[in-house]
Amino acid sequence: MARIVLEKLAHSYSPRPAGESDFALKQIDMVWEQGGAYALLGPSGCGKTTLLNIISGLVMPTRGRVLFDTRDVTTLPTEARNIAQVFQFPVVYDTLTVAENLAFPLRNRRVARGTIKTRVTEIAHLLDLTAVLGRKARNLGADLKQKISLGRGLVRADVAAILFDEPLTVIDPHLKWRLRSTLKDIHRRLNTTMIYVTHDQTEALTFADKVVVMHDGYVVQAGTPEELFTRPTHTFVGHFIGSPGMNVMPCRIDGTTARLDGGTVALARAYPSLPQGARIELGVRPEFASVKPKGAGLPVRVRRVDDLGRVRIARVELMGIPIAATLPEGVDLGGEEAALVFDAAKVHVYADGHLVEGEAIGAAR
Amino acid sequence: MNKTENQQAWFLVLPVFALVAFSAVVPLLTVVNYSVQDTFGNNQFFWNGIGWYQELLDPASQLGERFFDALWRTLLFSAIILAIEIPLGIVIALAMPRQGIGVAISLVVMALPLLIPWNVVGTIWQIFARGDIGLFGYALNRIGIDYNYTQGILAAWFTIITMDVWHWTSLVALLCYAGLKSIPDAYYQAARIDGASRWAVFTTIQLPKMRRVLAIAVLLRFMDSFMIYTEPFVLTGGGPGNATTFLSIDLVKLALGQFDLGKAAAMSIVYTLIILAVCWVFWTVATSSEAERRPT
Amino acid sequence: MKLRALVMTLYLVFMLLPVYWLVNMSLKTNTEITTTLTLWPRQLTFANYVAIFTDASWYSGYIHSISYVVINTVLSIAVALPAAYAFSRYRFLGDKHLFFWLLTNRMAPPAVFALPFFNLYSAIGLFDTPWAVALAHCLFNVPLAVWILEGFMAGVPREIDETAALDGYPFPKFFLKIFLPLIASGVGVAAFFCFMFSWVELLLARTLTTVNAKPIAATMTRTVSAAGMDWGLLAAAGVLTIVPGALVIWFVRNYIAKGFALGRV
Repeated sequence: MARIVLEKLAHSYSPRPAGESDFALKQIDMVWEQGGAYALLGPSGCGKTTLLNIISGLVMPTRGRVLFDTRDVTTLPTEARNIAQVFQFPVVYDTLTVAENLAFPLRNRRVARGTIKTRVTEIAHLLDLTAVLGRKARNLGADLKQKISLGRGLVRADVAAILFDEPLTVIDPHLKWRLRSTLKDIHRRLNTTMIYVTHDQTEALTFADKVVVMHDGYVVQAGTPEELFTRPTHTFVGHFIGSPGMNVMPCRIDGTTARLDGGTVALARAYPSLPQGARIELGVRPEFASVKPKGAGLPVRVRRVDDLGRVRIARVELMGIPIAATLPEGVDLGGEEAALVFDAAKVHVYADGHLVEGEAIGAAR
Repeated sequence: MNKTENQQAWFLVLPVFALVAFSAVVPLLTVVNYSVQDTFGNNQFFWNGIGWYQELLDPASQLGERFFDALWRTLLFSAIILAIEIPLGIVIALAMPRQGIGVAISLVVMALPLLIPWNVVGTIWQIFARGDIGLFGYALNRIGIDYNYTQGILAAWFTIITMDVWHWTSLVALLCYAGLKSIPDAYYQAARIDGASRWAVFTTIQLPKMRRVLAIAVLLRFMDSFMIYTEPFVLTGGGPGNATTFLSIDLVKLALGQFDLGKAAAMSIVYTLIILAVCWVFWTVATSSEAERRPT
Repeated sequence: MKLRALVMTLYLVFMLLPVYWLVNMSLKTNTEITTTLTLWPRQLTFANYVAIFTDASWYSGYIHSISYVVINTVLSIAVALPAAYAFSRYRFLGDKHLFFWLLTNRMAPPAVFALPFFNLYSAIGLFDTPWAVALAHCLFNVPLAVWILEGFMAGVPREIDETAALDGYPFPKFFLKIFLPLIASGVGVAAFFCFMFSWVELLLARTLTTVNAKPIAATMTRTVSAAGMDWGLLAAAGVLTIVPGALVIWFVRNYIAKGFALGRV
């Protein structure tokens, strides 16, 4: 078990990086607590796999350090780090049986035969693989193979962390949920640090205690799914998380009012010191925006209404800007024109994409 | 690929069928024809039934003794060749660079012997292995070995084998290299994480993934070494004496040299059948073990 | 990693040593060859090469060889293309057996065909022409070409055929303008192997020719004169047969490297 610390980490794949654009990973400082279940979420190319490979030792970072507890492991090779990694598509040793596959890492480390047998039985039981222990690994389905890959990682009692690189990619959709619950179960029981890379927000939000959102080589925000949802610190996080994502509208702040093309919005906080010349935007999630029949509120045109079952999402337009908002139950708009109302407490202000804290209204001036 | 049933596809296949049939069936029929006939000369033939076959397969007869001698020689040759070239080919495939300028250089140099006309291969080694004008022969004699491939049986075999290894190992290596290249990186990464030794990586990842190409390599090398003619013929002419007279060489001697049509024909048929039988057995074994690997 | 580099270097040296020796000999005079053993020519001479380029009986051997190789390659590819298309897209009566029978022809010893071909091509009057050798080589090259091309064609989805048919392309136009470019590398690989097997094979080439279509192999066997074996001339002739092969590999080296990842290996 280990607490993983990343210190001033940066990585470039080119031998002589010139500028920032050559870096796949720009400055990262992070702490992964022992026993935590983390998700590394981001679109393709954001650097999450690079980060994972640096933690596991498959890649040596250009700059910065990796520490396991207090040990500097930056230059240690993978074998010496006690890491387990599960890859995108299942890696099993075809010529060996399931039991031999699970025993493989222990045999390589010259563990006693008796211990191997106990561990293999234990892990097979944990992963529900006992029935197939005697079968050749190559004939099994993808989900079982991924479990074997996972098992090979778990079988080493001293494993510091388990890293997952989009492990459900090749699994059939109807088996994905089963594997996902197995992973959560394992985490609960063994309390190992788990880091799970994915581009699928549902996977990330259901698996992890804490989600790290990455974009273009930066860590944009790290927080619980709740935090990411209610308080995105960057417009990117707002877009990326939530379905549909957060609405972003350009505006001007005037005291405690935001002026948009088309109307004003009352804010719950004051923003006295916004950076000069920055692009100011308002961010609000569709869940906290509602569409009402024409009247008080921002005047919008309704383009269409999607009925998602639990909720109805109205796609509206405010002076050319597309916005998604909730259409409350029982409300009938009766026409194309409607009014948009925001929950002021859930409205955020962003300068150049970054969240501005603002001050409580009535604070000492 | 979802293939549709279409009998008219035969028209597309007709040119190939006609060409190969012309090249194969007509001659084969001729050979079968000759194999069951005898002649007094002057183009007069009479039925001999399985007479030639009986004589051929009887080790006590002159023909049979000659045939079996050549057969054992050829089998021994093929066995030695496979024992050297397959492992060596695998080693070279593993040693080949994966990227950079080295790849192009290695591929080009390795492929060179494969594109040299077979008689020139023989000529190259004919010169190279001579004690007087060849570097190889000269060097061997200088370090004290009494080496003369035209007179010593061991020397002749040694030279032919070295020549074949030089000529064909690259084919095995290139096939294995192709097999190795298809292994995704994740396998090697997982093996590193599992703490696998170099040998374990070889036996559990690389060798299994090369199974299919190795089967092709073994098949090709067996066939070609069993059928070999030009290179040893140019190098030793089948000698000294009969020491390197392999089946093909003996057959051509019989057919085109002595014009012993009936015997040559019978030998041709048996020769071909042996190859077909071995290949069929090997292929069935190889693909059946693949069939059991279908995922459930 | 150092061990790998060492093994590879040793192997490459092993490959080049006999070739270097041949080149070395081709640039020496016969006197030098028979008197001393030197690692490079003390008296550099191009006389052997000049002799070959100016003596018709020599250079015609090369011309004959090239002509039957080219005829064979073109012929093999031409007939193999429609057949491979049929195998990759259709099921028909006897298709699997036909395919297998084609492959078994590769397993027949050329020695078995020497005499029958001799008789056959004499009978139809093609004896001692490049056509005889080209046709004879089809026995092995056509199955190989079909096998390789079928592999590449199987990688092209049928949807492309169907879309072209819907767009109104007549089949020949579709085949030439759309399909062929997609399998261009496959055609290249097949042509390469046809060229290779036809260029190197010599039992049949010699059996089916005497004077008019004699390949370079046959010419090389008559380098014995009153003064003894003309080693320098023989070596030069040998070097010149390696040149086409070397050129071909050099030009397709990138395709070899790439083609190994795909295709029928």
